[in-house]
Amino acid sequence: MRYAMVIDTLKCVGCSDCVVACQTENNVPIGYCRDWITETVSGAYPNIELELKSERCNHCENAPCVRCCPTGASHQLDNGIVLVTGDECIGCGACIESCPYDARFQHPEGYVDKCTFCHHRLEKGQLPACVSVCPTKCMYFGDLDNPNSEVSKLLKNRKWKTLAPEAGTKPKVYYLI
Amino acid sequence: MTTSRRKFIKISALGLGGVATATSAFSMFGSSSYLNELVKQNVTKKLKRTPTYCEVCFWKCAAWTYSDEDGNIQKIIGNETDPHCYGRLCPRGTGGVGMYSDEDRLKTPLIRTNVNGEETFKEASWDEALDLIASKFKNIKEKYGAESLALLKHGSPGKHLEHLFKAYGSDTIAEPAYAQCRGAREAGFALTYGSWVGSPEPTDIRDTKCLVLIGSHIGENMHNSQVQEMSDAIDNGATIITVDPRFSTAASKSKHWLPIKPATDIALMLAWMNVIIEEGIYDKEYVEKYTTGFKELKDHVLNFTPEWAYGITTIKPEVIRETAREMAHAAPAVIVHPGRHVSWYGDDTQRARAMAILNGLLGSWGRRGGFYFKESIKVPKYPSPKYPHPKWDWRDIGEKYPMAQMGITTEIIRAAIPSKDNKYPVKAMMVAGTNITKSIPEKALLEKAMDELEFMVVLDTMPMDVTGYADVVLPECTYLERYDGIRSATNREPSIAVRVPAVKPKYDSKPGWWVAKQIGERLGLGEYFNYNDYKEVIEWQLKQLGTSLEEMNKIGVKHFPRKSGSLYIEEGKDHEFATESGKVELYSKELKNLGFDPLPKYTKHPEAPQGFYRLNYGRAPMHTFSRTANNPNLNDLKSENNLWVNPKVARILGLKTGQEVWLRNQDKITSTFGIKVRVTERVRWDSVYMVHGFGHDNKKLTRAFGKGINDTQMISKTMVDPIMGGTGMRGNFVEILTENPHKTVEI
Repeated sequence: MRYAMVIDTLKCVGCSDCVVACQTENNVPIGYCRDWITETVSGAYPNIELELKSERCNHCENAPCVRCCPTGASHQLDNGIVLVTGDECIGCGACIESCPYDARFQHPEGYVDKCTFCHHRLEKGQLPACVSVCPTKCMYFGDLDNPNSEVSKLLKNRKWKTLAPEAGTKPKVYYLI
Repeated sequence: MTTSRRKFIKISALGLGGVATATSAFSMFGSSSYLNELVKQNVTKKLKRTPTYCEVCFWKCAAWTYSDEDGNIQKIIGNETDPHCYGRLCPRGTGGVGMYSDEDRLKTPLIRTNVNGEETFKEASWDEALDLIASKFKNIKEKYGAESLALLKHGSPGKHLEHLFKAYGSDTIAEPAYAQCRGAREAGFALTYGSWVGSPEPTDIRDTKCLVLIGSHIGENMHNSQVQEMSDAIDNGATIITVDPRFSTAASKSKHWLPIKPATDIALMLAWMNVIIEEGIYDKEYVEKYTTGFKELKDHVLNFTPEWAYGITTIKPEVIRETAREMAHAAPAVIVHPGRHVSWYGDDTQRARAMAILNGLLGSWGRRGGFYFKESIKVPKYPSPKYPHPKWDWRDIGEKYPMAQMGITTEIIRAAIPSKDNKYPVKAMMVAGTNITKSIPEKALLEKAMDELEFMVVLDTMPMDVTGYADVVLPECTYLERYDGIRSATNREPSIAVRVPAVKPKYDSKPGWWVAKQIGERLGLGEYFNYNDYKEVIEWQLKQLGTSLEEMNKIGVKHFPRKSGSLYIEEGKDHEFATESGKVELYSKELKNLGFDPLPKYTKHPEAPQGFYRLNYGRAPMHTFSRTANNPNLNDLKSENNLWVNPKVARILGLKTGQEVWLRNQDKITSTFGIKVRVTERVRWDSVYMVHGFGHDNKKLTRAFGKGINDTQMISKTMVDPIMGGTGMRGNFVEILTENPHKTVEI
């Protein structure tokens, strides 16, 4: 089991529903977010391209945040999900600095917080909140080890990219382009 | 649109300031791990699920409100069987929790009072406020007649108050949703097909092969099921053609983006008709069988060649031809989308007619992948006496505009200004669920009208700007805290949805139905409100519909079979349209008889003078009008609007992204607040763009106050549609000021 998220940039309209759904599902305090939207404009009028996409923790196979954590609070499950155990976190911020995706932040209560792929929902057989709410249905979630999963098929049949591949982190969030 | 990461970095950097902070926070966690805590909160904690439909915009998506045992609303999730949302709410619906939790909400009734010569509000009890309203209403009725009481409304609370007003003898009622929004397209399509487009639009986007958007920015307007279906259409490989001077989100998803010169859309559409007719690629069978006036249309567009349109629209002739062919190739699975907010240049009914005619030529109305025949179920009216017949009403106030099929808000506002010719004097006004100071342009006129009113009441959940003009302000509870009318969806299949309170009303706020009933009883109209709780009304209606509140509490949405026949025109069968001729009227005799152009013509509109830029405005997906700017969840996503400026303009004026500027329009109106520049290639060099609904004046909106510019403030010139009275708002030009014009000079 290797969980992955696939996001179709050709469909994303950048509405930020994933951001609000995450906040209400995971009680993320106002002013903070575990996922966010980026907008990239290239070209000059009228030959322009626009890419909108939802970003979050990439649950890297080779996760620098896990390696650098002095207490073991940052850890990786067998299914690839990277988590932070709040009561083991001392808020040193090393993981925040090490993350090439800027995906971690310090929760006002002190510990470091980030996307969990809605681990608690997966346990109940539900999709992550962002995936289940997206009005453009541009987000997919599933198991890369299963060749018949929607994510495996999409990655086989469509052009894709990952963010900051040069960091060598082997991210598990893929963008269809 | 972009959620700021910088913000949290700044905050987390502060948090890291001292080890002591981290340690004390650490000790607060206790023994259970953070993840276990979360699981406990969201999985094991029993959440109650209550059905509702959303009120953050007009799409009315059915949803479930999840609240915990302590009565806190945790989240709102779309109802999976609902055809408005298919289980997926938009950011505003998901962020609807913020409508409830906003601590800036109106908390108690307020009455205008004079303390030492200064006007102010005093907090009042409901009895005090309602007694005052009733006595003022009685007084107006005695002096001028009930007709002089006007209601401007939007959404669910408006429905309850409409009942009150009609019962009292006034049908002086309007909503900005008509003449300031979609009225022109309803008139244009009604003239052609005999029926309104309506809401949601019966566009069969999920099965279309070609979607044509003319200034309609689906994806930035989050009309939920349409956004979802556009996504399905993208998956299915449909062609999207977007006509917009701005590179909208939809434009970025399009095969063809036509960066049209603003205000020239009719010229483009005439050229499309020319190509489709001259090349003989229209749906000949459909045109022959179902339309009238083809010959007149053919003659009319003969000279409107793509070469002619090129000089007007700046769209190259080969692009016009290619896109016209692409539409015809996809026909009848093609949609020339009617749009929604269409009050642009004053010839908007004619532009809507051009869209309607194009759809007629392509044979898309009543066809799969084009427009389907919508259907809804009629919710029986709860027994109530007949309304008295007013001596005059919204029709008379709007009599200058023969095709106005609803009240014209701006005309009702004008009727409040006394003059000798004013046969229909409006003397008091109730405003419910609409922030007219943000939705109605020509602010000077609006302020004069409000000043002339003898009495004004505002019902809202938030201290919107308009509340500042009221004599009495009534705090309505949010949609999550009240019963409301049954939502009957007009869609592919009829369905109903209910709204049941998930929690008790916060503060001293009350539901709109209760306010209407209380005022009604004080006016001696008790028999019109023959119930103690609106729940009884719904229960009665649901029983007539063969269901019950008990069942609806479990399912939220109930579906009914279609009764009006097929979704599309059936092969080999005749279809009669609801027009006078029974056919699609390409040429409109009705318009001809009224003295208007029976076929749409291109009219040249003024262009920006030297140093000025056309002010265009639109929507952001996480906000509804000016209603959500203070919502803590949605404000967090976008707290202010930006002024989109083309890099060429930015170079000339020396503007940089993030720089604060002010605007002054052609009538020397200066924006109250500043706005931050966003230099972007997504906008033309002859226009600037901003998202509507920001620049709030009321300090009580602590998050939204003074953030960005209110586009409506800059719209002091309007172009009125002579056919239906729509308010054209896109002909205003602004100059960009880099110095704060409101700076006080210190000596």
